[in-house]
Amino acid sequence: MLEKGWIGGGNTGRNTTIIRSNYLWDESAAIYEHAMKLWEGLSQELNFNLMFSQRGVLTLAHSEHELREMRRRVEAIRLNGIDSDVLTPDEIKRLVPIMDTSPNLRYPVMGGFIQRRGGTARHDAVAWGYARAADARGVDIIQNCAVTGFRIDQGTVRGVETTRGPIRASKVACVVAGHAGVVAEMAGFRLPVTSRPLQALVSEPIKPILDVVIMSNAVHMYVSQSDKGEMVLGAGTDSYNSYTQRGSMTVIEGMLAAAVELFPCLSRLSMLRSWGGIVDTCPDASPIISRTPVRNLYFNCGWGTGGFKATPGSGHVFADLVARDEPNAIAAPFSLDRFVGGYLIDEHGAAGVAH
Amino acid sequence: MLLINCPWCGPRDDAEFHYGGEAHILRPANPSALSDEEFAEYLFLQQNPRGLHLERWCHSDGCRRWFNMVRDTATNRILEVYPMGELPSSQSGLAAWRNNWRRNSAAERNARNRVE
Amino acid sequence: MRRRSNRLEKGGRVDRTRPVRFRFDGRDFEGLSGDTLASALLANDVSLVARSFKYHRPRGIVALGVEEPNALVQCGIGNGTTPNQRATRIELTDGLIAASQNRWPLLRADIGAINSLLSPLLPAGFYYKTFMWPPGWWLRYEHWIRRVAGLGRAPPGPDPDHYRQVHAHCDVLVVGAGPAGLAAAAAAGRSGARVILADEQSEPGGSLLAEDDVEIDGRPAADWLPTLIADLQAMPELTVLTRTAVNGLHDHGFLTMLQNRAAHEGTARPRCTLWKVRARHVVLATGAHERPLVFADNDRPGIMLASAVRGYITRYGVTPGRRVAVFCSNDDAYRTALVLVRHGVEVPAIIDVRANTAGPLVDAARAAGLTVHAGHAVVGTSGWHRLRSITIRQLSGDGQTCTGRRRTIRCDALAVSGGWTPAVHLFSQGGGSLAWDEAIGAFLPDATLQQVTPVGGCAGTMSVAGCLAEGHATGGAAACAAGHEEIEAPLPRVLEHSQSLPDHLWTVPHGRPGRPLATHFVDFQNDVTAADVHLAAREGYTSVEHLKRYTTTGMGTDQGKTSNVNALAIMGEVLGSDIPGVGHTTFRPPYTPAAIGAYAGRTIGALFDPVRITAMDPWHRAHGAAFEHVGQWMRAWYYPRPGESMRQAVDREVTAAREAVGLLDASTLGKIDIQGADAAEFLNRVYTNSWLRLQPGRARYGLMLGEDGMVMDDGVTTRLAENHFHMTTTTGGAGTVLDWLEEWLQTEWPDLDVRLTSVTEHWAVAALCGPRSRELLARLCTDIDLSAEAFPFMSMREGTVAGIPARIFRISFSGEISFEINVRRRHGLALWEALVAAGEPLGLCPYGTEAMHVLRAEKGFIIVGQETDGTVTPFDLGMDWIVSKTKTDFIGKRGLDRRDLLAPDRKQLVGLLSEDPRDVIPEGAQVVETVRSRPPMTMIGHVTSSYHSPTCGRPIALALVKGGRSMLGNTVSIPLANRVVGAVVSEPRFFDPEGERMHG
Repeated sequence: MLEKGWIGGGNTGRNTTIIRSNYLWDESAAIYEHAMKLWEGLSQELNFNLMFSQRGVLTLAHSEHELREMRRRVEAIRLNGIDSDVLTPDEIKRLVPIMDTSPNLRYPVMGGFIQRRGGTARHDAVAWGYARAADARGVDIIQNCAVTGFRIDQGTVRGVETTRGPIRASKVACVVAGHAGVVAEMAGFRLPVTSRPLQALVSEPIKPILDVVIMSNAVHMYVSQSDKGEMVLGAGTDSYNSYTQRGSMTVIEGMLAAAVELFPCLSRLSMLRSWGGIVDTCPDASPIISRTPVRNLYFNCGWGTGGFKATPGSGHVFADLVARDEPNAIAAPFSLDRFVGGYLIDEHGAAGVAH
Repeated sequence: MLLINCPWCGPRDDAEFHYGGEAHILRPANPSALSDEEFAEYLFLQQNPRGLHLERWCHSDGCRRWFNMVRDTATNRILEVYPMGELPSSQSGLAAWRNNWRRNSAAERNARNRVE
Repeated sequence: MRRRSNRLEKGGRVDRTRPVRFRFDGRDFEGLSGDTLASALLANDVSLVARSFKYHRPRGIVALGVEEPNALVQCGIGNGTTPNQRATRIELTDGLIAASQNRWPLLRADIGAINSLLSPLLPAGFYYKTFMWPPGWWLRYEHWIRRVAGLGRAPPGPDPDHYRQVHAHCDVLVVGAGPAGLAAAAAAGRSGARVILADEQSEPGGSLLAEDDVEIDGRPAADWLPTLIADLQAMPELTVLTRTAVNGLHDHGFLTMLQNRAAHEGTARPRCTLWKVRARHVVLATGAHERPLVFADNDRPGIMLASAVRGYITRYGVTPGRRVAVFCSNDDAYRTALVLVRHGVEVPAIIDVRANTAGPLVDAARAAGLTVHAGHAVVGTSGWHRLRSITIRQLSGDGQTCTGRRRTIRCDALAVSGGWTPAVHLFSQGGGSLAWDEAIGAFLPDATLQQVTPVGGCAGTMSVAGCLAEGHATGGAAACAAGHEEIEAPLPRVLEHSQSLPDHLWTVPHGRPGRPLATHFVDFQNDVTAADVHLAAREGYTSVEHLKRYTTTGMGTDQGKTSNVNALAIMGEVLGSDIPGVGHTTFRPPYTPAAIGAYAGRTIGALFDPVRITAMDPWHRAHGAAFEHVGQWMRAWYYPRPGESMRQAVDREVTAAREAVGLLDASTLGKIDIQGADAAEFLNRVYTNSWLRLQPGRARYGLMLGEDGMVMDDGVTTRLAENHFHMTTTTGGAGTVLDWLEEWLQTEWPDLDVRLTSVTEHWAVAALCGPRSRELLARLCTDIDLSAEAFPFMSMREGTVAGIPARIFRISFSGEISFEINVRRRHGLALWEALVAAGEPLGLCPYGTEAMHVLRAEKGFIIVGQETDGTVTPFDLGMDWIVSKTKTDFIGKRGLDRRDLLAPDRKQLVGLLSEDPRDVIPEGAQVVETVRSRPPMTMIGHVTSSYHSPTCGRPIALALVKGGRSMLGNTVSIPLANRVVGAVVSEPRFFDPEGERMHG
């Protein structure tokens, strides 16, 4: 396993750690729920406490239109065998007393749905736990080793060039969120992804005030409180391509205004640290788990703002694809072909706000 | 927070602008002649370089005019701003335009048929 | 009990004639005007002010300013309370109420301190190794972990204060008003450049405010300062902002700065102002932070940074102790010893890790009679709530071990200096790279693409003379670069102590060899010790980011201002690597924690997002309408009469529209005025149907697709004249459609002569519909022949209605005869009222958006965004008729031809009639072919719209169902949470399928 920097240093260590599987489309539900089930025993499997905390993820609806969309999603989630409960504004207020649920809000909270099995995990621990387990199974983890090119012979990958010399391999699997386009270019093909900054921030730590994860598309933000006491906030991506890991202040301001609007008591807390990551986003806001135009070269990318929550599931089905050179039922809908035929998995509704 | 020099209004915060993705994508003149694969390239593939990027912006909260820009996506440095329908004047910008795979794509050949 | 006062007889910049009362942890104290909370607490001999995050160890004040790691307090009460405020940054105001945090029940008797005894069990990363069993119990453990975590408390309710934002532009922004910043601002300002000088402290001067051993131009620095500041304030283009922390340096010279206000300007003022500045050139005169030495029990209350001890004396006239020892690795701390002596404070010893100490400051200390223990180190301390004594030993030549006997020195404070770390945060935030400087023992600014110049302490220049010279040169150059002419001025002459080179002893050896360095604190706030760093290294967390994340060093609210370099250096020692090899973490905004409310600014409450209302809004409100949010609009939803349920009101409104006449406020529809010789050609390209032959005065329904073939928007467009069209769009899509059309025009078809103007706000629209609508309109409109022959369906006429000039469109979204009357917005209310008055005898009933939905659903008319979701084609909707087969091209044509879009099992729009005619299927419900006893079940579609139809006397629903067109007449199931609804698939038209009524 080759890592340009340090393991977990990309989006794994930069995301806001939300885990859920309440997606609209069957294809998405299948992969995220697969991941969710793996999360549920992962700390024990890795013998590393990932602090996987099923504290619940509550998604808000702020208009009749959003309520209708929410009902559609909730019904689909339920019939896919995934848990989700609809909550009234009163129930939401009981669950989250600090939220302003008054009808006078510019975008009043009209309802919401909660996935109680959703929650958060300690992102660094996930990287470290997996690394330790992989190491124990004989994987060589080489950090500070960037891939600079591919060895390709008659359309088949034969290995990689790296900053520390060439490595021959009969199969190569790329999971390089944030730079999938750049790495694909090295192999001579292109991916339908654009790379954009996604920002997040934390407040100073305070005593617990929020137990569940809150997401709102209409006012564009999501928030949870970490075990350390920090409020962890995020919003959507910047509109333009960039690899700088620095985003616009406008996005931060919009996110914080939305946060104060819904949680007035956050106004007097202080932003402690903000940061950016680079997310590779596909036109349909769904990922790519696929063979590529180069034989035996595979890509798992394009997760946009939602890759962390899928970690165990996406890794699992990707490993299967690499081993068999054939996608299984969960991975198949996420192949690159879909952009040719047009059967996209349009998750803009579920991913409208980053998460 | 980029400072973008709108050709009509002068330097303004990026918040006033709308990003329009890769510049110089020609719409196929006769898209029916393209295969699904060729059309998908036109529809979904966007240049996504770590480096110089030729891109379109619209001063949507100002004059509402579209224009082109060359920006380095690794640093956010803006090399130049130039009108729609023109090519970059900087050597590096022009090279980035010329070296784009799209210049040889079926969709663009199809589009040029109309022009020529 | 009368408390000892640590206020010195003289000195300080406090106003001794103005006492200020305050309360800390429920006890009343008195300080002086000009004090910070920290200096006032020290003056009152309060040494214990906080408990640490993890072990709850007693902690005191460490620093003078923003880098303070320990002294975090809860400030204020009620909704105005603010957690985690640094006592060193709180200016004392009368009646201030502050309390310590993270302790229970009391600061002096804190149960949590038991963690300190358990500390061997709680090393860095212990969470990752414990609490895993039994599986599923983590939530229970976490519940308790969360309760002990966190520092202060959030306010219970809304913020009573408000915040402001200011945009500013300048030629030169100078960050920091210490000697370097002042000199830069003066040089730039003199040339006439527009300059902003921002400093986080309450007055400009920086380190000069706290130095009584520096002379400038023959005067003590503090006396020279006012002259310079007066000069600056006289410059018309120069702005001095105090209490203003520059928190972020972003791309292209954009900076964010937070100015604290209300506490000093009165509560009517904003609490903070967020400045958003675009600067042509940024001068970073941010100075440097002193860092502590890492030795055993180095965290006891009373152990402070040497510069802070000096600062409390010179700025506030307060000594932190009566017997203050000094422990250092550089000359600068000797200045602290000398200041203490000058103020009559006993200095029992200077312990210097350097074996060969020499130089003017060392000589001066010896001359003052001070004992210097060269080549020695503090290896232990005692005292629980405050320091009682220190133990020193001689260091071996390499500094790795101790030799000689232990000596205990009694003292109640210890001034510590391990060197200086330049405040390179902003430089790094702005994309600049850093390089290690061995002499200073810190990272310095290296290269940047931005117009940013570090000067003074930030650039590693520690002497006042050097700072002034660098600032002077840089400020002048920055002004020149901005097009101003530099004006020569002499450099001030500086008299200061010269200093010899510091040494770097990153870890002071343990007094007992082999013992873990478990109380060698590196990061005070997060209780990270040298032992934790060693543990991280042993477990492989050696990369700097892993070190930070595993041990949490530098992740406290001080962001490691005093700890980062020590942690890196210790990791370097463990790994046998140099510090550049370990690397450094990236600095992230903000530089200091910044109030979230300031970033939200005024865009909360009513200003969060504009509310758009129509001209008829006052009437709707006066008549008790219920409203719904549609995009930014507030639309009348239905008009309940007293005692009526929503269902009853909507039924009444629908029935009136079908049987008499209904009136809808349709003003929110997007409207675009399209003009130009190529307008028809343009429409022909953006709509799926044909537009070239539409006659002036006639209207046509159009569907817009994305290039992928998916339905994007719809609406009716009318040809007003040969080269003039009036387009309508959906309410929510108006902005998107205009942008979309403009983009095609400007970027793809600049050769077309077409001009677009949004006229949504220009027209108020009242839509009459129903069998008696013509009769009603005829009573108010006499200049148009309203007969079906003269004014047919899908046409437009101009005339007057109730004396108001109007465009009347005969289009229908209800399936009834309908007239959409457009008037200038200012006449909208008058038109509405006239229609209501004239319509009353005819049974007119205003109806809202809900009845509008029912009416259109009965007719099977789609709503974009409800029947469509970005994945639906016209063919899926059964609207093949609107897709031209003869046009060679339109936007979306090729997209529609892709293979997956031609598949027969795509979801298609159908009607659903529930088997039980009382059962309204919930919108969003999922359709299955086969019901199973429990999920998962295979879904074949979903209900997009569903209403009770008073016209049909039964529920109706529209649904997108896989292969639905081939299932007409079949029964499908809709499994809900508590029941299963059976429904028959039907044509998606429930009333007047031939559309005869609207043509009438």
